Amino acid sequence: MTVSTDIGRNDLDGKSLGEKNLGEKIPAFDIAAPRRVFPALIVLFGVLFALVPYWGDDVGLRESFLLAAVYITLATNLNVMIGYAGYINFGNIVFFGLGGYVCVDLVTRWHWPLVAAGPMAGVAVSLLALVFGSGILRLRGAFFALATIGVNEAVRQFVANFEPWGGATGIYLSFDAYEPLGGPMAALWTVYFLLVGVMVLSLLLSYAIKTSKFGLGLLAIGQNEDAAGVLGVRTPRHKALAYSASAFFPAVAGGLFFFKSGIIEPNGAFDLTLSIEAIVMIMLGGYGTVTGPLLGAFLYEELRGYLLTSPTVSQLQLVIAGALLLAMVLFAPGGLVGFIHQRWPRSRIILQ
Amino acid sequence: MSALLEVNALSKRFGGVQAVADLNFTVGQGEILALIGPNGAGKSTVFNLINGVFAPDSGRIVFEGREITGKPTYEIAHRGIARAHQIVQPLAGLSVLDNCLVGACYGRDNLSMAAGRKVVREVAELVGLEDRLEMPAGQLTTAGKKRLELARALCGRPHLLLLDEVLAGLNPTEIERMIEVIRAIRARGVSILIIEHVMRAIMSLSDRVVALNLGRNLAEGSPQQVVNHPAVIEAYLGDPKLMAMSEAAPS
Repeated sequence: MTVSTDIGRNDLDGKSLGEKNLGEKIPAFDIAAPRRVFPALIVLFGVLFALVPYWGDDVGLRESFLLAAVYITLATNLNVMIGYAGYINFGNIVFFGLGGYVCVDLVTRWHWPLVAAGPMAGVAVSLLALVFGSGILRLRGAFFALATIGVNEAVRQFVANFEPWGGATGIYLSFDAYEPLGGPMAALWTVYFLLVGVMVLSLLLSYAIKTSKFGLGLLAIGQNEDAAGVLGVRTPRHKALAYSASAFFPAVAGGLFFFKSGIIEPNGAFDLTLSIEAIVMIMLGGYGTVTGPLLGAFLYEELRGYLLTSPTVSQLQLVIAGALLLAMVLFAPGGLVGFIHQRWPRSRIILQ
Repeated sequence: MSALLEVNALSKRFGGVQAVADLNFTVGQGEILALIGPNGAGKSTVFNLINGVFAPDSGRIVFEGREITGKPTYEIAHRGIARAHQIVQPLAGLSVLDNCLVGACYGRDNLSMAAGRKVVREVAELVGLEDRLEMPAGQLTTAGKKRLELARALCGRPHLLLLDEVLAGLNPTEIERMIEVIRAIRARGVSILIIEHVMRAIMSLSDRVVALNLGRNLAEGSPQQVVNHPAVIEAYLGDPKLMAMSEAAPS
């Protein structure tokens, strides 16, 4: 060998190399401890997240946190496709919107209780995603990304002309819908707690996928799909399952969100802007990690809230989001969490 | 010797190029068979046909008595054929351990993560990567990546291993070490089909050699027989009579 560096020295017994690496060894074998600690941390975070506005009886903070919980749910599930499998789903908001429609329809027309209608919306949209996914996941790269936008626009157009769902005007909920939850005021808190629950379950799902054999296959696909296939990963089925899994909680969140809003209409439900903002959140926080989308979504929501209420820059919210994305991609492609991992490798144990 | 892999009348055309034409050979149980031939002879295409990257235009491939012609790559991996690529394809962002774990968990035995880790440690020791398991695969040297290709393939516990120029780009000491590793693999009962240009390795490793040219069978036999076969010499070096003339001519 003519070239030799510290990391890749080509010694045949590998002894000196092993010693050199001990210092920065990342404990991949020593996973038992974080495997138990990390989910507990997520649950603890969720409990605090739910209780802080409640203790203070702060309705403003609740509304801000409710939106953050929706964003974290969207970003965390989208990250399964983008961060793990390496497939950029621009039209991810279609899950949220369809979930909203299914749930609101079940509540208003069929008088289902919210706690049943939400999960049902999740199941329905996941199954639909499995069908769509099996088709469009034959495409790769930019073609896949374009197809996802196509799916969202097609569904939006379909719903806008679908009379049972109110066509372009959408569906309004009457106040009666909130009676089973103890009236509108109490319902707002209930929906908030349910959404925080969905957020926590999303984070746990993301962690479970990442540390599972299924997740390993997804990560392999994200790195090199052809090589993953040669190694035995059943790539078409794997991708379709991931796409379907990443649809479930966004659909439930959509159901809860639009139930709370009291109205759902096509342009609000299938808003491509929110789709793209979810990608910004992931890039901001760090794709492919569990905590990255969480941090990114939370920070983005706070920033957005500030920008929208500040009189000077309220119209510039998307411009700033774009500039932020550009800066992150250029200077910290691994996002916040990636940056922290790089500076402090040991942080990986807690900041998965 | 009962045949593990049978390749019958295999053909593949890419546009105007007949890459593989009516090719026949078998790999016996426990055998190391070398596939040799000049550049462009169709060797790597044969590998791509066997492990499902391409479907052949015609012909049959039978493995352990079952036809595998045209099956997708992952199904062939599940049947027990693993491949180390000529152009290394590490999952660069994943650690060496995770790379091998993909091979182990999705290979022939469909192992769990815990069982897969055990296999990875064994294989890493055999191949000499045990000290680099935590390293991102992209940071390995060329020799390291070649070893990773081999390790990953072995982790799937294949019955047949396809080795595509795993020695290319290695220095003589590394080649010596790699040849030992390949011998150790065969000693564990894995049959091997190997493409190689390093003749020293072919001569010392293989039980039998199949030479191809322009996608067709050219010669077959023991390593000695094949390298001395006039058709093989001609394919590599040109017409021997012409060569004799040019050697005789005063320079």
